[in-house]
Amino acid sequence: MTAAGALEGLGQALAIVVVPPLLLGVIARTKAVLAGRVGPPLLQPYHDLIKLLGKGTVVSRTTTWVFLAGPAVSLVAAVMAAAVVPIGGGRALWSFDGDFIALAYVLGLARYFTMAAALDTGSSFEGMGASREATFACIAEPAFIMGLLALARATGSLSLSGFLGPSIADVWSVASASLVLVAAGLLLVLLAENSRIPVDDPSTHLELTMVHEVMILDHGGPLLGVVLYGASVKLFVFAALLVRIAIPVARPVWLGWLAFLLGLIAVAAVIGVIESAMARLRLQYVPALLLSACLFCALALVLLAR
Amino acid sequence: MIGCLIAVGVLIASAGAALAAGRRARAASAIAACGAVGAAALTLPEAIAALAGSPPVELSIAWAPPIDELRLGLDPLSAFFIAPLAVLGAICAVYGAFYLDDQRARRLLAVPACFYNLLLAAMLVVLLARDAIGFVIAWEIMTLASYFLVTFDHDQSEVRRAGWVYLIASHLGVAAILSMFLLLGERGFAFADLAAGGSVGGGAVTVAGILGLIGFGVKAGLVPLHVWLPEAHAAAPSHVSALMSGVLIKLGLYGILRTCTFVGDAVPWGPVLLTVGVVGALVGISLALYQRDLKRALAYSSVENIGIATIGLGVGFWATSAHGPTIAALGFCGGLLHIWSHTIMKGLMFLGAGSLLHGAGTRDLERMGGLLGRMPRTGALVLLGTVAIAGLPPLSGFTSEWLIYLGLVRGGSAAESAVGLPLLFAVAAVATVGALAVLCFVRLAGIALLGAPRGEGAARAHESGRGMVLPMAVLAALAVALPFAAPLLVDGLAPVLAELGASAGASAGARAPSTAEAQGALVELAEVGLAIWLGIAAVFLLVRRLTRQRRQAETWGCGYLAPSARMQYSGASFAEGIHRLLPSILRARIHVPYRSELFPPPADLTVNVEDPFTRAAYEPLLDRLARRFGQLRWVQRGLLHVYILYMVLAAVVTIAIVSLRDFWGLG
Repeated sequence: MTAAGALEGLGQALAIVVVPPLLLGVIARTKAVLAGRVGPPLLQPYHDLIKLLGKGTVVSRTTTWVFLAGPAVSLVAAVMAAAVVPIGGGRALWSFDGDFIALAYVLGLARYFTMAAALDTGSSFEGMGASREATFACIAEPAFIMGLLALARATGSLSLSGFLGPSIADVWSVASASLVLVAAGLLLVLLAENSRIPVDDPSTHLELTMVHEVMILDHGGPLLGVVLYGASVKLFVFAALLVRIAIPVARPVWLGWLAFLLGLIAVAAVIGVIESAMARLRLQYVPALLLSACLFCALALVLLAR
Repeated sequence: MIGCLIAVGVLIASAGAALAAGRRARAASAIAACGAVGAAALTLPEAIAALAGSPPVELSIAWAPPIDELRLGLDPLSAFFIAPLAVLGAICAVYGAFYLDDQRARRLLAVPACFYNLLLAAMLVVLLARDAIGFVIAWEIMTLASYFLVTFDHDQSEVRRAGWVYLIASHLGVAAILSMFLLLGERGFAFADLAAGGSVGGGAVTVAGILGLIGFGVKAGLVPLHVWLPEAHAAAPSHVSALMSGVLIKLGLYGILRTCTFVGDAVPWGPVLLTVGVVGALVGISLALYQRDLKRALAYSSVENIGIATIGLGVGFWATSAHGPTIAALGFCGGLLHIWSHTIMKGLMFLGAGSLLHGAGTRDLERMGGLLGRMPRTGALVLLGTVAIAGLPPLSGFTSEWLIYLGLVRGGSAAESAVGLPLLFAVAAVATVGALAVLCFVRLAGIALLGAPRGEGAARAHESGRGMVLPMAVLAALAVALPFAAPLLVDGLAPVLAELGASAGASAGARAPSTAEAQGALVELAEVGLAIWLGIAAVFLLVRRLTRQRRQAETWGCGYLAPSARMQYSGASFAEGIHRLLPSILRARIHVPYRSELFPPPADLTVNVEDPFTRAAYEPLLDRLARRFGQLRWVQRGLLHVYILYMVLAAVVTIAIVSLRDFWGLG
């Protein structure tokens, strides 16, 4: 490995660790601005995390070790997912054929343990959240896989670094319709997987209406900190995928990084705008929304395979 | 080969000895278990040797008619299935001896012990047989022995019904298998003759191939032939369910693969198996989602997993004849590895279900709950099993699915669109199955093991003894180790691939699949697995450290201060969201009586989870058949002289046909 490559890898690792909570800050700030408020400082999520890590913990009497495993597994899975996503302008820290499938399944492992930790409390609210999470994932997962398959088919590569690399710029010139469809589908998947409006509302305290927030209702203190940090890394992963599809700038390195970071902030701002502009969907319409994501990605696949 | 033959002898002898032990239940169980372990010790090395490349052997023994000659042999394909038979057969035998022990006052345990070893012996002979007659006889003994094991609790009417369904389904399957052998057997019934008969091609061979798919598909549990599985697996004692789900239904796949070697490409195996596999996986997991009976849910998950393995094999056959050895190897290796990994995982899950049943006294999910706290070892092992069988990394389930995914994706992005697009949509289908499986198994684990006890039995549950936990621990260790051993294991699959590839590409002249690509992919996956294990271990310890001083309190009830176990989310409510999204044919029939009175009396809700295929197709069909045959009942007079008249008439007609045929010179 060259010195430049090592430096870039270091930068990517640093970005994975440092950037994610910033996205939460940008979303909150966007929402505040659109609502005419000043809003919290951009770095507020970092302060929150530090505060949470220093707190004590109260756990439910019914819980077992699974309750602690939930946050731990979801953090590990999110970081591993981030490792296969190309960050900045170059290739990912870790890339191999089929890594996008491994990414989906590693996130599936995180989902499994988050849901198990929720069910471990024996609370009906948390069971409800887990049930919804699992149900929506059954529609979001094929959409996600099909979207990435469309990219694989378009570029003839089987790894994220391959099909989000320089070749995607060529695809934009011949099959832009498909890429727009894929991007739209993945944006919907991002909103669902990261429990944002219109699928889920991360800011209410009405347990009956929520999905992800209600699953972590009993996690407090450091556990909540780990969960929040893991969730932000997951958001970072999905946002990075979208950015790499939408802004295929790879060289020179500094321009790639600049475009990537600005793109991330733009995605966060878009999420903020969506959250300000619309209300959460009624639960029975969420499957329809996710099915439309499936259709977008399936259509992209059909267009590309023509 | 010789070891396998001795193993058959040991199994039969120990079955007889167990029966002879009679009322001394512990002695009978111990003899049978020792026999099974001994047989495993004899067969496993030979199976491994055959997979490692020692040449196939065949021998024939002169026998009385109608067999004439008993042909037995050991080739890589047989060895591939003998290995899981040996391992799981021994593990379940040990488990079973302890599992049934508390019934020894009530039941004659020598009988199940005897039938268990007979079943093992029959399965071994099925795998060794090299001619149709010996094969069918062993297949029949296998079915009957497993029937008597399934109906162990025959004092319950639903167990008798389950046994009945199993027996009928199996025999309909055997009818199709026999027809296949008759169609192919013009030159003789040795497997070599059948393959020669199949190589001529033509319509009859295609029909034979389809008959083989149907006949063996019944045993394998291909949708819509799977209806006996949930009944029989739920009714049987758990170690028998484990053996049936882990090995016996795989023999259906063995039969299908053998059929492929007979008929070659007279049937387009690739597309056929891919379609059957995708349908099986989707239907199986959809039905598993909402089952209340733990073992029924596991049985439906077997239908799903057989579907996934079939998808892999379908990719293999398709790619061998069309696309290239690399993709074929990915498909075949994925399908075959999935057979092994499912043997491990489903063995673990059924033994775990048995242990939970033992501890909590129920198979009903809604009466379990909190068992991880009361049965920490069983609970942890079952939890690991659910993660594995949900197909999540870093455990065994994902290892094989990974290869199948890669085969599908590679094929789909390389092939022209008419072929590529179906393959890519098959990827989406497998991804859906994966997400549904996560839902299904997090539900099983969450409702049965986590939360607070939902019933009396669960609250007083006790951990099982070492004799039951240890066999499960062995299987769990295998589930953990398989992803890391897989790169080495695919070397052993190479001769099997050569055998299958030769049958699929015989006329296309394709190269034999090479496993190098699959090996590379598995090494990458093993690295991912290692990273996951290390990462989770590190972060879990960190989290434990961060929360060292944790206080305990009630679960947060949003201000409600008197929560009870009944307020937890139940299994039914957990599955409700996805249940609504299923196609109506796959849903359970829920009946809520409508009450319009001003002061309504207590109402009850009935949920009918009977298999939709039984409900919608088989039952009406069989009812109608029964009614039709009922119209022929006047033939059955109950008078001896009428029956003698029938026989004489039949003889006269037969003789007349034969002699007239000779007369006109048609014979």
